[in-house]
This record gives sequence, C-alpha cells and structure tokens, in this order.
Amino acid sequence: MTSFFQSLGMSYEWAWGLSTICGILLIALPLMLSVAMIIYADRKIWAAMALRRGPNVVGPFGLLQSFADGLKVFLQETIVPSAANKGIFLIAPVVTFTVALMAWAVIPFNSNGVLANINVGLLYVLAISSLGVYGTIMAGWASNSKYPFFSAMRASAQMISYEVSIGFILICVVLWSGTFNLNGIVMAQKGHVFGIINGFVANPLLFPMWVMFLISGMAETGRAPFDLTEAESELVAGYQTEYSSMAFAAYWLGEYANVLLMCALNATLFWGGWLPPLDIPFLYIVPGFVWFLLKVLFFFFVFSWVKATVPRYRYDQLMRLGWKIFLPTSLLFVVIVSGYLMATGHFA
Amino acid sequence: MIHVIAFYLFAVLTVASGAITILARNPVHSVLWLILAFFNAAGLMVLVGAEFIAMLLVIVYVGAVAVLFLFVVMMLDIDFAELRAGFVRYFPFGALVALVLLAEIVLGIGAYRAGALHLGTPDGTAATPVGASNIEAIGALLYSRYLFLFESAGIVLLVAMIGAIVLTHRQRSDTRGQNVRKQNMRRPDEATVNVRPEVGKGVQL
Repeated sequence: MTSFFQSLGMSYEWAWGLSTICGILLIALPLMLSVAMIIYADRKIWAAMALRRGPNVVGPFGLLQSFADGLKVFLQETIVPSAANKGIFLIAPVVTFTVALMAWAVIPFNSNGVLANINVGLLYVLAISSLGVYGTIMAGWASNSKYPFFSAMRASAQMISYEVSIGFILICVVLWSGTFNLNGIVMAQKGHVFGIINGFVANPLLFPMWVMFLISGMAETGRAPFDLTEAESELVAGYQTEYSSMAFAAYWLGEYANVLLMCALNATLFWGGWLPPLDIPFLYIVPGFVWFLLKVLFFFFVFSWVKATVPRYRYDQLMRLGWKIFLPTSLLFVVIVSGYLMATGHFA
Repeated sequence: MIHVIAFYLFAVLTVASGAITILARNPVHSVLWLILAFFNAAGLMVLVGAEFIAMLLVIVYVGAVAVLFLFVVMMLDIDFAELRAGFVRYFPFGALVALVLLAEIVLGIGAYRAGALHLGTPDGTAATPVGASNIEAIGALLYSRYLFLFESAGIVLLVAMIGAIVLTHRQRSDTRGQNVRKQNMRRPDEATVNVRPEVGKGVQL
C-alpha cells in the first residue's frame, strides 16, 4: 500500500504513515463489526443448544440485536463509584480494549495481508496478551469493591498460570517451523503431513499440543468452562461489576475480540492459517482470506459449543489443570519434539 | 526523522514515568508508572534493532514481574502517616545513600571521559552474523560460546525456585484437600440411590 501512496506523489515517510493508518482501520473496523456479529452468533448458538430461540426481535432473525445493545449501552449514564480510584478506574477498560485490538497487527489474513510482518510476531502476540492482565487487575483494584477485587485476583492468577503452558506449546510450534514470524509459521505448514495436509494439527506429535492450546485458550480468555472471573453465583459479575455504560461495553467488546484472537491463533498456528486444508492446486483458487475466516468461525463455533455444554470448573480444578497437568505435559512435549527434530536432522 | 521523534518520545516517557514511579504517593500508582517505564524501555530496544530483547522485556518484566509487584502492593495495607513518621529518623541514612549514589555518578562520568576500559581484543567471534535475525544471533552465541554460563544461570534459578518453595511450604493438617482421582473415579450409581419412601415415613440414609 505504501507504493500506491508513493505513486500519488508523496514522500516515503508520509506514504508509510498513511498506509499504516489505513491498514489499522482496515483491520480494526471490520474487527469491531465482526465482534458485534459474533456476539449475536454466540447467543444464537447458545440458544439453539438450549432449545431456545435466542435474539430474534431486532431486525431480520434478530441480526441487529448487538447494535441495539450497543446503542442502549452508549446512551446510558457512566457511573463512577465515589470510593473508586477515578483515574485508574477509567483507564482500565481502555487498556483492555486497546490490548485486544493491538495483537491483530501481526495476524496474517493472507499471504501478504498482514499489517506488521515482523520477525518476532509470535513473541509480540505473547507480549501483548500478557498486557491484557492489567486491564483486569486495574479494574478490580480501582473499583474499591470486594467482589471485583476477588475476581481480578482470580482472573490474573488464571491468565498467568495458563500463559506459562501456552508459552511451552508455542515453543513446540516454533521448533518445528523454525521461525517466530507468523507468516513463516503458516508457510511451514504447507504440505506438512504426507505432503498434502496443510497444518501442524495432523502431526501426531503436535496434535496433543493443539488440544492443550485450545483448552488453554479458553482459560486464557476466561470463556466457559473457565469463566470463574465472572462466576455470577459467587462474585456478582466479576471485575466489571462497578462498570456501566461504555466502559462496560469496552470490556464486553475486548473480551470477544480476545476470543476471536484465540480462534485466529488456533487457525494460524495449527490449522494452516490462510492455506486451504489440503495442498491441492485447485483449492488455491479460493482466496486465502476466505479459508482463514472459515477456520476462525469454526473455532468460534467450538468455543460457543463448549460454553453451551460444559459446566463451570471449580477454582482448584482450574489451577490443578494448569500447573499440574498442562505445564508438565507441555514441558515433556518440548523435550520430545526437540529430540525428534534433532534425531531426524530437521535442523541440519 | 521519524527515528528521532520516536526516540525522544520513548526516552522522555521512560525518564518521566521513572521519576513519577518514585514521586507517586500511592504505591499502586507507582507500580503502574513503573510498568509504563518498562514498556517505553522496550520501545527504545526496538529502535536500536533489538526486537527480541524488547519482546522479552515486555513478556518477562511487564507480563510477570510487574504483575507480582502489583499483587504484593495491592495486598499491603500501607499507612502513609506511619511511613512519614519515620522520615526524620531515617533522614541521615537516606542522605548518606544519596551521597554515595552522587559520588558514583560523578566517578562514572569522570571515568567515561577518561576513555574506555580495555577488556579484551575484539576478534569478531562475538559479532552478530550478517543477515541473521536477532533470535538466531542470540541463540547461536548462547548455545555455543556461552553454553556453560547459560546452563549455570538456569541451575541458579532452579535452586532459587526450590529454595522459595522450601521456605514457604508448610504442612497443614487443618485443611481438607481434594482427592481428584477419587472424585473422578466416582460413578453415578455409587453416588446416588433411588428410594421410594412410604407415605408418612422418613428415609434412612
């Protein structure tokens, strides 16, 4: 895009700046729209599994429900509790929302459809997702209220615990693909198994890693069955209890943007990203963007499915799963995968 | 041009948030400013082309260390009046520390002006290979030349971790732990029982 703006007679700096801003808008605006639609889809799937109708009043098939909710929230009054730490209370939702959008900069939508094609793409995703904890902790502390604080403590302990095993899982993927660049990881999956299946997931050594990544992703984003941060029965509504109006909506949207990001990471790291599922020439007629979108939507369906069918974990079970099962298993797999790659001369 | 703007932006923000870290009255605000300082330092690292170090700085310091700081500080119930009460008593000691730091800075600047210290002959063995990315260059050095140092650092960390666990671990007899295996092995037919009590009679369990 930079060269296009340069052809209009701009200097390189201006063209680069303008194309970056356009790229950000091109990602952020459709992302916001898809978050609105995905909330609708989540509610519909959940309703269908509970034999209910779900939202069906606003617009055809209730399609405009999210926008109606957004408008309602937008028109509400923002209430700041008098005992709250005002500055941090107002910054916290902004942090959550911004962080949820930032990580999308390195996700490849197509062979060249990526905003920042950086060498440390995967590390960037990890770094940004580790920032997500702050929005939660700040909200819980600044609310100066008992239940949000409990919830924030739970949420941050949960996120940190599962980040550790996610780190080890990603190391397995990086070992096999030999790069931290997300586009490089996608390309490394081309014809990975038998020269025809695109995706690390069909690899018997990486398949268990994918299962653990999916579950860790649910825990990391605080989705059911790991939604202990907003366990209504014991914590009112979690760390955003004291929030109202747009600040609450920022949490809501940020949460769903994070879920979509996890789906995109699942697709990119294990299911071949924008590559078609099989390495057959005529499948490449369909643009990579479509394949990527299909995979993301599939994983979102899985997330909704799990939310609708699996009961909530107990907190000690959650911690046990993270530290006593996932962490040793992923560590073991790092050893196995690197040993296998050394034995087969992958790095030669 | 854009480099210069970015450098001054990150540098000013790092120094300013570092200063506010010390000046802030609320310890939680202090930690949050410290996080901003870390973040901008990572920005400076990116500017000098050390993107790997920058990402590690964010992941390790912002994502893990600062979260623990924040946890500890939030849990503390700090009484500011009590803190200020000790000010006069500790002032001479504080002044002494400040004096030592000032002397060190002056000495450091003097030594810097006098010329660089000769540590060894540059023979190019530690230089970054041309065309390699950050991660490859660091890995090539870390796993060949500095392998022993790298592994011993790992062992030091392991010892520290075991030490922390040993120091804080205590056997508690007053709590009832969950036996997850037993819970998982339990089947519905042994957990529930169907009874049809007669009218007016209770159930004996």
